[in-house]
Amino acid sequence: MRSFWLAALAVALFLSGAEARSIRWAASGDPNTMDPHSQNVGTVTMVLQQIYDPLIARSRSLGLEPALATAWEQLEPMRWRFTLRPGVRFHEGEAFTADDVVFSIARAQAPSSNFGTFVDTITRVEPVDALTVDIITRIIDPILPNKIASIFMMSRAWSERNNAARPQNTRNREETHTVRNVNGTGAFRLTSREPDVRTVLTRNTDWWGWANPNNGNVTEIIFRPIASDATRVAALMSNEIDFVLDPPLQDLQRLRTAPGLRVLEGPEVRTIFIAMDVARDELLYSDVRGRNPLRDLRVRQALYHAIDIAAIQRVTMRGQSVPTGALFPEQVQGYDPAQDQRLPYDPARARALLAEAGYPQGFALTLDCPNNRYINDEQICQAVAAMWARVGVRTALKSQPLAPFFAQIQRADTSAYLLGWGVPTLDALYSFQSLLSTRDVSNNGDGGTWNYGRYSSPAMDALIERMKTQSGPARQAAISEALRLYREDVPQIPLHHQMIPWAMRSNIQIPHMANNQPYFRWAVVQ
Amino acid sequence: MRAFFDSDIWFSFTRSWLTMGSAIVAFICIAGAVAAPWLAPHNPFDLASLQLMDAFKPPSWTMEGDPLYPLGTDDQGRDMLSAIMYGARVSLLVGFSATIFATCLGVSVGLLAGYLGGTVDAVLMRIADIQLTFPSILVALLIDGIVRAAVPREVHDQIALFVVILAIGVSEWPKFARTVRGSTLVERNKEYVLAARVIGLGRFKIMVQHVLPNVLGPVLVIGTLNLALAILAEATLSFLGVGVPPTQPSLGTLIRIGNDFLFSGEWWITIFPGVALIIMVLSVNLLGDWLRDALNPKLR
Amino acid sequence: MFAFIISRILQALPVMLVVSFISFAMFAYVGDPVSIMLGQDFTEAQRTELVASLGLDKPFFVQFLTFLGNAVQGEFGLSYRLSRPVAELIGERAPATLELALCAAFIAMAVGVPMGVYTGLYRNSWLSRFFLTFSLIGVSLPTFLIGILLILTFAVWLGWLPSFGRGDVRPLGFWATGFTTWSGVKALILPAVTLGLFQLTLIMRLVRAEMLEVMRTDYIKFARARGLSNRAINFGHALKNTLVPVITIAGLQLGAIIAFAIVTETVFQWPGMGLLFIQSVGAADIPVMAAYLMLIALVFVVINLIVDLLYYAVDPRLRTRR
Repeated sequence: MRSFWLAALAVALFLSGAEARSIRWAASGDPNTMDPHSQNVGTVTMVLQQIYDPLIARSRSLGLEPALATAWEQLEPMRWRFTLRPGVRFHEGEAFTADDVVFSIARAQAPSSNFGTFVDTITRVEPVDALTVDIITRIIDPILPNKIASIFMMSRAWSERNNAARPQNTRNREETHTVRNVNGTGAFRLTSREPDVRTVLTRNTDWWGWANPNNGNVTEIIFRPIASDATRVAALMSNEIDFVLDPPLQDLQRLRTAPGLRVLEGPEVRTIFIAMDVARDELLYSDVRGRNPLRDLRVRQALYHAIDIAAIQRVTMRGQSVPTGALFPEQVQGYDPAQDQRLPYDPARARALLAEAGYPQGFALTLDCPNNRYINDEQICQAVAAMWARVGVRTALKSQPLAPFFAQIQRADTSAYLLGWGVPTLDALYSFQSLLSTRDVSNNGDGGTWNYGRYSSPAMDALIERMKTQSGPARQAAISEALRLYREDVPQIPLHHQMIPWAMRSNIQIPHMANNQPYFRWAVVQ
Repeated sequence: MRAFFDSDIWFSFTRSWLTMGSAIVAFICIAGAVAAPWLAPHNPFDLASLQLMDAFKPPSWTMEGDPLYPLGTDDQGRDMLSAIMYGARVSLLVGFSATIFATCLGVSVGLLAGYLGGTVDAVLMRIADIQLTFPSILVALLIDGIVRAAVPREVHDQIALFVVILAIGVSEWPKFARTVRGSTLVERNKEYVLAARVIGLGRFKIMVQHVLPNVLGPVLVIGTLNLALAILAEATLSFLGVGVPPTQPSLGTLIRIGNDFLFSGEWWITIFPGVALIIMVLSVNLLGDWLRDALNPKLR
Repeated sequence: MFAFIISRILQALPVMLVVSFISFAMFAYVGDPVSIMLGQDFTEAQRTELVASLGLDKPFFVQFLTFLGNAVQGEFGLSYRLSRPVAELIGERAPATLELALCAAFIAMAVGVPMGVYTGLYRNSWLSRFFLTFSLIGVSLPTFLIGILLILTFAVWLGWLPSFGRGDVRPLGFWATGFTTWSGVKALILPAVTLGLFQLTLIMRLVRAEMLEVMRTDYIKFARARGLSNRAINFGHALKNTLVPVITIAGLQLGAIIAFAIVTETVFQWPGMGLLFIQSVGAADIPVMAAYLMLIALVFVVINLIVDLLYYAVDPRLRTRR
């Protein structure tokens, strides 16, 4: 109840003008939790990263910059030393110390955390003194700083006091304190929150970063989730909202020309591709019996040649995509422009390859597709289905909401499916390991967790092992070679990197970020 | 046949130009839908014929229009006119089948429950209550889910249309049953029923020949509205991902897809299917209204 | 009367049992909460452990009995999606949906009945024809399209009313109401009209049909012969006798309104139970879905009971048992 009054007060303060510089922000999804180590999804991070700080933060160009750690170095191959920022306090007053780092990393390693992959190489965290901490890894981990940038720092005292030393667990009968409560060190405090309705953040005037003149002037953020595309656009146009994180592509032209609004465009670190079942002996949901056409490289190449990616870019994506032949975009460490090349659009060649592979009359295929996960996902699938049909592959499309879709593909109950893959570590290994390692379903295996086409190549696995431990040019060589192998084997058909337009009122400036995260500490309201 | 043209119904039909007009419009709609494979300029269900580069073409009479596509094209390059004709075919099939199914089931149950009363009434109405307890959309989801689990996926895709019909039909029958039961409760105590009983007519004969015609008024109102409702329910189901496949869109699905383009200036993707649906439903409803009045012996 | 109520309540129990079974059974097909909860990075071990911790590896009927045992105690567990107690979530959202549904029902009755009476009495006037045509167009458009068109007109174009949300709500005890603030009332208008429009046309057509019927009965003719005023005849006799089917339908439609609020709440981002439900479906949040459906079932059972009681009050013939 108190939160209602605070929200009302906040609105009243906003209306009274004065020094309030407020941004009313909308996106389609609401964070499911306020626990910083529970769910690794963009909708949670987009709110929590205003409230919590990591040791190392992302810069405006998605590089690394000091946050709660002012410096870090690799003392030994498997020992990293972090020097912590002095004088930092949590929102509820606790001082930030090395012990909180030990606590937070252990918390992110708990079984009920979704952030395991970011801390999986860490064996021990040793406090050296109150403001110095050593992280010891089990293997040589050259990208540890990239990974640690995803781990928010919590207060041990506060968490233990509130019985939240572990990330929330649905097995509990009772709600964990951190589901609705926060205590970060970040630029904004959580003032009120009604899940799925309204989340209000106000400026933390004590934040260590405000001294930097490059930071912005926002005093308040009111976040309101609006799931319906049309309603979200309407709210922006009727001046009820200042900033929409995910405007629908078809309305961009209208928003660009609307007075008082502007659209920021930029790429996202997310690649859309179609993966194929290259393992089964007999293809599911097809009219081919006793064989799996997709195991034949020529058939996969034919499907690749059949796709007119320029048309998809121009019509389906309205220009908001970057067609690609690679697994990840250029912002990711290890990207190699020489290997970013597509098989050209060539329907005649596709038909020839199909005939050569023994399918002159084509065959029937079912394409599985989510319809509410990626930008225009269902429309992309429809377009691909039509293009495949034109070269003789009679494609049935099965599109579903993400819950049943993911459940189905995770049983590998699919012949071909559309998937998008983001790279939070901004490093190539993340994509290769999850998507192309031989699937390892043993208990501690983390290889190929999303490789539901069950592609398996000893050469690829060896290259991935090299990426894990090597550094410098040797590592880059392994990545480039893996990208070349990816092009040669065609385990997937890459389509494009998503673009992520943001729409906002002309009087506010929020730097566009390729990880689709608005950083309000840099936002300016005029 | 001769008897039909001599009947009062035909007479009342010929006296109302509105009724005749709507009959003609309804006939055109149904004929256009049924004959779509022969009349439509393109086959929008044939994926291989779609050209993505032809998507978002405005109607042919506008500046950028293409005479190949009289009403323009949608986001996949489908000819809108053909898509509407084929879509109306799907919608009408689903709508009619589901409504007939629901009416037969609901009226039978309602008559039995209302006329027989007692345990039969209690049991049947409890079943109807259970059914009503679930919003129609959820019932349809449930049926689709059960079918999905019970039959192999290849078969499921082939019978998707029948599943939708069954799902909508099953979810709508209690309305008919409740209404018919309510009217039957009133009718069964009237003199004409008592008279019929006195002269020794069987219970089922009384129900069908005497009570039924007198409780059909509200059924026709609900039935006509239900046809529209069934068509809309089909669109909502497609919206939730369990309707007909998006590669074979119905009229409701076309409107749902077009919904995304309301702000973007590609108005023809929403407006034409919407207008087609309104015209179709309007004419059917007008016919239903007239039929109700014509069938009602008290209004003659 | 008392025995009647008791028997109806006893009859309602199996209804609730069946509903709980069906609502639980259907979730086996909706989707897999595990994949949503695990996110993008997980190992098979984590997956197995999560499945076990949710009890999803147990046989179906064991899961159901556990669910039922807890449900009887009002304990629906934690939402998979939001990790909060389900009862608390639904309690927070119920006022929004009920306020919306009641307003929609009020609009439907307050406008639908007079329009129905008018079109029944003056069936050939041009205004009647206009009402009928309007009602037909109203039912021919999908609800989501009507909502968007209203937003387009009144929020974007005219700028009179908000396009989404509930406006400012004030707590009234445990009930957060939007009625006490101007912005709350303004925010209610578009969703309530959208939701009520279909019911309005349904009630109007029903009242009209019944009026046409009743106006031709003997007792109306007698009343006329006795020289009663038109007003007394139309409202005292005719309207009163159309009420039986109207009450049935209106009662049943109140439940339908709450169900159809799912679509309206989605379009207007109205923070009610319907929106909660649809978001839970997307995330396969089984506890929330089950609790929602059982609540809806309860509402329906209660409405049915009230409708039956009203039958007794309105139609004396039903009181005499053969």
